[in-house]
Amino acid sequence: MSRRDFLKTGLMVGAGLGLSSILGKDILSSAGIITPKRWVFLVDTFKCVGCGLCVRACKLENEIPYDVPVTRTWVERYVVKKDGTVLADSPYGGRDGYLINNPQGIVVPQEDIAKAFFVPKLCNQCTNPPCVQVCPVGATYQTNDGVVLVDRKWCIGCGYCIMACPYGVRFFHPVHKVAEKCNFCYHRITKGMKPACEDACPFGARHIGDINDPAHPVADIIKTQRVSVLKDEFGTKPSVYYLGYDSLIR
Amino acid sequence: MKSHLLRPLYVVVALVAIIFIARVIVVPSDFGVGEKGYMYGWHRKANEDEWKAFKVKFKNRDFCKDCHVSEYDSVMKSPHSIINCENCHGPAYEHPEEPPKLIINKEREHCLRCHSRLPYKQTERADIKGIIPDNHNPDIECVSCHNPHSPKGDAL
Repeated sequence: MSRRDFLKTGLMVGAGLGLSSILGKDILSSAGIITPKRWVFLVDTFKCVGCGLCVRACKLENEIPYDVPVTRTWVERYVVKKDGTVLADSPYGGRDGYLINNPQGIVVPQEDIAKAFFVPKLCNQCTNPPCVQVCPVGATYQTNDGVVLVDRKWCIGCGYCIMACPYGVRFFHPVHKVAEKCNFCYHRITKGMKPACEDACPFGARHIGDINDPAHPVADIIKTQRVSVLKDEFGTKPSVYYLGYDSLIR
Repeated sequence: MKSHLLRPLYVVVALVAIIFIARVIVVPSDFGVGEKGYMYGWHRKANEDEWKAFKVKFKNRDFCKDCHVSEYDSVMKSPHSIINCENCHGPAYEHPEEPPKLIINKEREHCLRCHSRLPYKQTERADIKGIIPDNHNPDIECVSCHNPHSPKGDAL
């Protein structure tokens, strides 16, 4: 091969590779062939009855010690009295459900209740996750499908992420001694299953979906109905949306 | 320059070299290769697969259906069809290999999660048929009278 030929073919191959890498992605994604997955979660607080089966399933599925008061997901109870007092509690994360009408240990007579409801909470898998920003060793990170994970081998247990999270969803794992949090059951959703909490919920209060899949019912609800996120003012852009949001929810 | 001035410099250079060599050995090759660079992709890419390999424990009612057809059918006809089998029977893990037999949760408190009456009108809890635990046969397991697979039919 002469030097002239070598340069010619080299240039052509190079240009071809460059073009295809630039065009390929755009064309495919605009034609709807490649859409990056982005996991979102929808919580319907109207449907939650406070049975706590989700918390129980989450603990068993994700190997969080059962009798230690830490959970990846939990259910809060809000009882508002007619005089305006708000009683909110979540004993053991609502793991055993709510059997007695005694928010914060105070028995409220039925006629005094203005409103009462349950709010399931879990990691919001923020688009701008503060926990990822503050992690000094790259142990907390965000995958391309929007889920924030913790690398147990690399976490040094400094606790910055626990301090940084405005939602208080993080804790130290009592066994592994590293930062722990909900990860949408990443091992299940990547196999086409649903998270353990969603499967355990008999009332359909929890749903996972892909916001970039227009056919997905969860994406449809989030795009077309009146949903809200927690602590919007923090600018973290959560991926967990709430139907039946109430300004009392903290 | 005299050598006693250079000698500490050699030590420093050697230390820096050792640090760089150690870094090459210690830092895995997939560290910080995420598409978002060092902002949100500063991690070991391999850890994503480690999480994907985490063991699934809850297998769902479709997994139970194949072997326990009659039990599956009976519960699917009842109002309890919305409850996954494993919520009461425990996670299946690798059943029937491990564990060979699942432990059924027959605790009264397990039923009361939904069936203890709470006057919260704004939730669906108020619509569930409920009891006041202290008044309705306290200390007796619900399953001794009620069949959880057909709670409507066999109640005493």
